[in-house]
Order: sequence, then structure tokens, then C-alpha cells
Amino acid sequence: MFVNSAQLSALNPCRKDCDIMNIMIVGVGGQGTLLASRIIGAAAINLGGDVKLSEVHGMSQRGGSVVTYVRYGEKIASPIIGEGEADVILAFEQLEAYRYISYLKKGGKYIVNTQKTNPMPVITGAAKYPEDILGKMEKMGISVTSCDALALAKEAGNIKSVNVVLIGVMAKHTNISKEEWEEAIKQTVPEKFLEVNLKAFRLGYDA
Amino acid sequence: MKKLMLGNEAIARGAYEAGVHVVSSYPGTPSTEITEFISKYDEIYSEWAPNEKVAVETAIGAATGGGRALSAMKHVGLNVAADPLFTVSYIGVNGGLVLVVADDPGMHSSQNEQDSRNYAIAAKVPMLEPADSAECKEFTKKAFEISEQFDTPVILRVTTRVAHSQSMVELEDRKEVPVKDYTKNIAKNVMIPANARPKHVMVEERTKALTEYNSASDLNKMEINDTKIGIIAAGISYQYAKEACPDASILKIGMINPMPEKLIREFAEKVDKIYVVEQLDPVIENYCRSIGIDVIGKEIFTLIGEYSTELLKEKILGEKPAEPMKASEPIPVRPAVMCPGCSHRGVFYVLSKLKLNVTGDIGCYSLGCAKPLESIDTIVCMGGSITAAHGMEKARGKDFARKTVAVLGDSTFVHSGITGLIDVVYNKGTTTTIILDNSITGMTGHQQNPATGFTIKNEPTRQVDLEMLAHAVGVDRVVIADPFDVDNFEKVVKEEIAAEEPSVIIAQRPCALIKKAGYTGRYVINDKCKNCKMCMKLGCPAISLTENGPKIDETLYVGCGLCPNVCKFGAIERA
Repeated sequence: MFVNSAQLSALNPCRKDCDIMNIMIVGVGGQGTLLASRIIGAAAINLGGDVKLSEVHGMSQRGGSVVTYVRYGEKIASPIIGEGEADVILAFEQLEAYRYISYLKKGGKYIVNTQKTNPMPVITGAAKYPEDILGKMEKMGISVTSCDALALAKEAGNIKSVNVVLIGVMAKHTNISKEEWEEAIKQTVPEKFLEVNLKAFRLGYDA
Repeated sequence: MKKLMLGNEAIARGAYEAGVHVVSSYPGTPSTEITEFISKYDEIYSEWAPNEKVAVETAIGAATGGGRALSAMKHVGLNVAADPLFTVSYIGVNGGLVLVVADDPGMHSSQNEQDSRNYAIAAKVPMLEPADSAECKEFTKKAFEISEQFDTPVILRVTTRVAHSQSMVELEDRKEVPVKDYTKNIAKNVMIPANARPKHVMVEERTKALTEYNSASDLNKMEINDTKIGIIAAGISYQYAKEACPDASILKIGMINPMPEKLIREFAEKVDKIYVVEQLDPVIENYCRSIGIDVIGKEIFTLIGEYSTELLKEKILGEKPAEPMKASEPIPVRPAVMCPGCSHRGVFYVLSKLKLNVTGDIGCYSLGCAKPLESIDTIVCMGGSITAAHGMEKARGKDFARKTVAVLGDSTFVHSGITGLIDVVYNKGTTTTIILDNSITGMTGHQQNPATGFTIKNEPTRQVDLEMLAHAVGVDRVVIADPFDVDNFEKVVKEEIAAEEPSVIIAQRPCALIKKAGYTGRYVINDKCKNCKMCMKLGCPAISLTENGPKIDETLYVGCGLCPNVCKFGAIERA
């Protein structure tokens, strides 16, 4: 019944013996990070082990920096992931990717949407949006897979499906099968948005 | 059947399985989803009340009437409901009564970081604290049993990380509990001094009985491993302790008031030293010391904010975490902002332009304090805006009121703003109040309220008419205005603050995130733009300054039509 360690280590090839998978999703409030965490949660349950998710509701959902955590494995205590503990970070926006690098485990994997959204201090001119974030992350030795998820979401037919495009990009780095991911999406997404989201997932998967 | 559930959803499920009949609550992060999920069960009557005091009183009525009743609120909501709480502790129950309070260590979405465990001690009621979603469900059911067995209200306390985390829950069927008989019982239910005095004696006896019960209860868990380190923890702190020190012995307390004295003594016998791991106040720690048990607590752990696995590893095991990767440049912060299309933006644009003193309130519009609008001067608590402006006028005189307004939302006005407005009228104040009527309770995620005309189940109902209400309490000057018609709104504000009498402006425009707003299409900036940056003064996240002047972001716009109203050159047009 417990998680197959091969399935776990596939998400994180650098840690073959790991028994707990830590995935962080970071982005801007309103980008659909909650749905993404719930899809990962649904896929993780289907592995048969323990799963915990932590979300943030309330004020920061109003355009602030948001973080959700998904942890799965044989037995999970804390729903929170600490600094240096994330196997995978799924970033919905470049600046948010940059903000949370301290959470990535050595040898962990970053999946980054190349989309940029200016925070208010940048809009008001009080701060500058850092340049070449992806290049800097790579120079720090971080393994980054980037993707223009917004363009793919448009292609899928709804710019709000950025979250599911990114799940698709992450999915092919796991050995949870494509069909199992699609099943998790079917369990999570409302019927009327299913078609566009499955298309978004496949575009991300094939990107 | 097992299901991945939010702690809040699991509490709702627990209420359902416990056969609860009546639920009345006021929304507040991180408690809101409890009542939202409950509203999906047709077997339970549920409602949004105007405020937490009303909600708890309704639940008390339901329990006195023989039903099982629940009310859920955030920590500061319990302050509002504290008055009935302290006395229902004396009265006790007929059907079970459970209050759920959600604390917010770290203040993810709150104005203070109070530890509501102190309320259980002060009001002398039992309090349970679950550590994950499965316990959220189980403890809710247990709380009803304890309530009826010991004739007491019970508080279930959660914190943000339990309320808003998901974990596995085993679903069971609802067990119907018949509504108990109601018989008039003046000695029990009428708290005049003569009846309350013997009741206090009963409360103290009840606490002794509950202390005995708790030590034998399966709500607590003693896990004896390596006995060199003992940890006492409850709620989410237990999970952090388990993660940080898997080999330590842990006493997990499930019922944190009254404390399980015997069990704590037994644990202390078994381990060499005890760390008490609890966020916020030293509640367990002080109790242990009071019964002569030596523990390590706040001398090494902070009173402030959330704990973490890493913090415990460092403080208990002396393990310093490896130096994490850090960016070599400052990363701009991303604070929460009013959404693109937010109906409040027009109001704060005008107030900021007129440089008024603004007493604010609790809701999305709290964000009116942020750059670039920086409009709000004060925020204290729900309903605290009108009274703050009134107090300022009484201290500084009528001239100050000529450049001051109070702002609060429709839901907040009904919650506890109306009493402040009555104070202004009754005591001859001249405050101008702006009710930001966006047709919904916004910040907590769009709940109906008495001013929207719909119930929690979205059934149409009689709508509180804010204009008539203001007139009824004695405000003669009441104006309804659209905050996106900025020129007219500015004129209205100037007229109303100039008036030497109380006035109310109802700024009417729906929240951009609800269907009623009905925004479609988009606006673009054309070549008439002179780069004067007037539109940038709105602080709209959808408008950014580029090398070629302002640009409307294609992923963020909602087509609300506010920015064309502040452009003097007609440079913002429909695409």
C-alpha cells in the first residue's frame, strides 16, 4: 500500500532512498496554485501512501506571494516544508521562483513558468524587477526547467489553465504515468473545465 | 472511505456525523470554510449571522432548545462573542454546544496574534485541540459528547496550519441525534445573581471532574521512546515535534483545558527532562510549573509567530540547518494588493487625492493603507472605523471632522459599524461614514451577508436596506454614489465632509470577482498617451510602467473601466 520508492525517487533522481516527497508550489495569489496542489494531492493519494497539503487562504490570495506545500510518503507528520527541504519547486512566476530558492534541497528540481508579474513595489518604482532570474538560478547550480506556460495555456483555450500546463511539465519528470495524472485532474477539476485542462496538461507534458 | 480533507472541512464533517442540527457563524480567516462546508449538508440548518456574538447566542438558543449546535469563528471573533461565552459556561447546555475558534499564529490574515486558549481558562470551559484533519473530525464529535456529559459548552481550537492543511480522513455515517425535550428551567437558564452564584460552584466542580476525565481520556497520547528527551505538545506543534525529534518521548495533549494533571505527572516520572513546545503563550508551561513540574519552555522558544520543524531541531537537538541558497540581490516583496477591478480603488483614489484622514476597518479595503494610495490612518477591529473618527472629533474638535472620513464594508457595517453610527448621531457627532457596498463579504472569500439579499444557501431573502437603516438611526444626509465615477464621487465626498452633521455615503459597486460585476472586454492604452502617469496613481496591479509608458497587462485586466475615468487625454479606450 505504501509509496513505491522508485516512484518517489523518479521525481527526485538525486535522492534514491528518499521516503518522503516534498513539493512546493509558489506563485502570485490568484494564479491557481491551490488547484495545482490539489491535483498533485489527488495523484499522490492514488499512490496509496500518506499525503498532507498546506494552503494559505485569506489576505495573501489578493495578489500577494503565495506558497502551498504537498508532502507524501509512508507517514507524514508536519504539513509544512522547511528551508533546504523541497525536492521540487513548481514556480508560477519568475520573481516568486527566485524568492524561494532557499527552500530547494541540494539536487532538487525547479520548474519555472517564464511569466513575469510586477509586484506593487516595482509598479510604484520603489524596487526593480531583477534581471535574468533564470540565468542566475542556473549559475547557482540549480536545475531549472522553464516553460512559457501562459502561451501554452492560451493554446489550450484558457489563460487560467497555466496551473495545469505546469503540472504537465512536472509530470513528465515523474514516473507517475501520464494516465494517472490525467485521472487526478479528472478527480479535481470541475466537469465544464475538464476538456481545456486536459488539453493544457498535454501541452505542458509535451513541451 | 478515506478522503483528503482540509482541517476545516473535517470539522464540518465531524459536525455532520455528530448529528448537529444548527450552525450559526460569521466568516473569518482561517475559520470560514467550516461553515461553508457545513452549508452543503442539507441535514444541518446553517446561517451566516451578522456577527460572532449573534452567532454564538443563536447557537446557545439552539442548544438550550435541545438541539446540537455549533458556531465557528476566528480568534478575534471570539472576542466579540466573549460575553455570551462566559455566562453560557455557567448555564451549560441541553443539546451539545461547540464553539470552534481558529487562531492565526504568524498573522497570515489577522490583525493580532492572540492565543485563544486563554479564553478556555478564563471562561472555565473545556477546550480540545486537534493536530490534523482526522482529529478535527474526531475531536468535533468528541466535543459534543463532552458537552452533553458534563453540561458545558466546549471550545474546539485550531490554528491556521491545521485549519488550512489537508490530510486523510476516514468518513463515517451521520448518526441522527433526536432534539432533546425542552422544559422551562429558570434556575438553570436564567442568569440573575441568585441563580448564577450556585452555578459558579457547579462550574468549579465541573472543572475538577473534567480534570479527572481528561487524564483517563483517549484524547491524549503518551508515546514513550527514548526517555532522555520528553516533549509535551498539542495541535500543530505536535507534528513539528514528531518531525524534528522522531526518537523523543512525546505527551500529546488533545484536551488542553482543564489539563490532564495525572497524565502530566506520569509522563514527568518517565522522562529525564521535558520541553513544552507550544506556539504563542506559555499555557501548558505555566500549568506544569503550577503543579511543580520543571519544564523548559519560553526561555528557549519564542512567544512570537509560528514554529517549525527546523526551529525545534535547533532548540532541542542543537542541530543547525545547513546554510540555504540565497540570492545575492534584494528580492522585491510582493504584498497583497486590491485586485484589478476592485470597487474600493475609486474610493481610495479620491480620498488620497483629497488628503483626508481616514479611519479604516477590517476587510479587503484594509489594503487602502498600502502604497501608492496610502489612504488609511487607523485600523483596530471590526466596526472600529466610525467610532475612531467620532473619538478623534471629540478630542480634536469639529474642524478635524471636516477632513476626516470613516470607511468600512457593507458586511462590517452590519457586523458592528451600525452601533458606532448610532453613537455618532446620539452624541451629536458630525462624522462622514463611507460604506463600501460591494454586495459581498470579500476578504474571506465571498460570503453572503444581510446586506446582499441572499442566505448562506444563496436563497433570496429580505435585504437590509443600508440607506433606510442610516436614515432610521437619525442620519439625514445619505448619498449613494458610484466610486468609479471619480469626478462625481469627489464632489460628493467634499459636500458631505463639509456638512456639520452626520452623513453616510454608500459607495456602491460590486466586487470585481463576483458575477454581478459583469465586466467584459478590455481596455488598451493608445498613442494619445502623454505618459503623465495619472493612471499609475490608481495602484492597479494590471497597469505597469514600461519604457514606452503605462501598459495594461493582458493576464490581469478585468475591463472594469476605472482607468479611463482618470485619464485626461482619452488615451485609454476599449480594445
